Amino acid sequence: MIITILYYLLVAYVVFLMIGNIFKSKKWQEEVLYVIVLIPFLLRLLRLK
Amino acid sequence: MLRKILILALGVALAFFSGLSFYQSRHLKEPVVVGPGVTQVKKLSEYFPAIQGSTNDAYVYVLEGAKPGGSILILGGSHPEEPAGRLTTWILTENAAVEQGRLFVLNSANRSGTTVTRLGGAYPADYTIRTPWGEQKFRTGDRWSNPLDQWPDPEVYIHYPTRQELAYVDIRNLNRDWPGRPNGTLTEKTCYALIQLIKKEKVDIVIDLHEAELQYPVISTIVAHQKGQDLAALASMVISAEEFKIGMENSPKALRGLSHREIGDNTDAISLLFETPEPFLDATRGRTDARLLLEGKDEFVVRAGKHGLLYEKIDEKGWPIDVRVGRHCSTIIQVLDLWSQDHTDKAVVMKNVPKYKEVVQKGVGAFLQDPAKAPPKTVYYE
Repeated sequence: MIITILYYLLVAYVVFLMIGNIFKSKKWQEEVLYVIVLIPFLLRLLRLK
Repeated sequence: MLRKILILALGVALAFFSGLSFYQSRHLKEPVVVGPGVTQVKKLSEYFPAIQGSTNDAYVYVLEGAKPGGSILILGGSHPEEPAGRLTTWILTENAAVEQGRLFVLNSANRSGTTVTRLGGAYPADYTIRTPWGEQKFRTGDRWSNPLDQWPDPEVYIHYPTRQELAYVDIRNLNRDWPGRPNGTLTEKTCYALIQLIKKEKVDIVIDLHEAELQYPVISTIVAHQKGQDLAALASMVISAEEFKIGMENSPKALRGLSHREIGDNTDAISLLFETPEPFLDATRGRTDARLLLEGKDEFVVRAGKHGLLYEKIDEKGWPIDVRVGRHCSTIIQVLDLWSQDHTDKAVVMKNVPKYKEVVQKGVGAFLQDPAKAPPKTVYYE
């Protein structure tokens, strides 16, 4: 259970980093890429997939 | 900044709609109209309270005869993406009547596995069986428990209690976690709960219903623990002579965690596992859709057969679900008949279950009951 909670915290951290990178990025292609990568992390964090 | 917000909003919208689809699929209701033969409906947690309220606290349908006899447990949905097993249990719970002995049936032995599809496998979320009264939808499911219920996986899965090293992902595989452990993962706890059921109810035979890819050598067969060798061999001979070709395999002693090995080793029950052919599982398949799941037709698998790469025959007719479910029904009937002939005091006499020919002729849907017309008290949702 502790490991599961730690993994969810890690996922939340990656989501936070990726959203941060979207705002730091200057190229729209990179922003789209970050969003695509973000989706599975978001779905796991929200316990949807 | 506006561009960034727009792109992020697009991502969130994509996540929302895909998430909604996953949520709906996970919560699709599968009605079971219990037939008059069902005398009790229990929960698996009655045998092991630690799984109470979890995804895997499955229904245990009990069919009891007026005359005392033996006890048989039938597991459907150990691997939910092998639908012939689950559909066979639907036929049993909705139609069977027991005259002597007791029959325990689980339609979703690993319910968690029914709520997810193969990650990256492009599986259909569900499939539909046509019936005389309309259609009934079932969740496709996967071989493994849902990662939402058990996550993360270890680097290497060490089987309990043998400490055999198995593939990491198989820690979520109900048929690699037997005999389970009370303080383990959800899947291990589920196996442990089922072992408690087998012990408490003094089950004589456990039948685990599966399907296999045609490229896998263990196919169209009964896999038997050594305690059930004679029974399985005789059933295989009788069925092969009278209905369809089916083999018999000995459960390997060196491969741990499987029902046919561990149930036999850890309880007094005989453990048997039935396999039917399912082209949907073959690695060389084409489009992985509900049609392939139900019709079992695939030109690429046929081509693999022409190159001698398969362990079971396939032609353009494929392996339809009616044929696969019919095989399971007939094999169960035959095993029960043979067991009952040899063990009159522990006989399990069951009726109203169609045999192979009848299922193929009428279709699986002909044996599913309409939940809309059934009294609400008799409808359960898997």
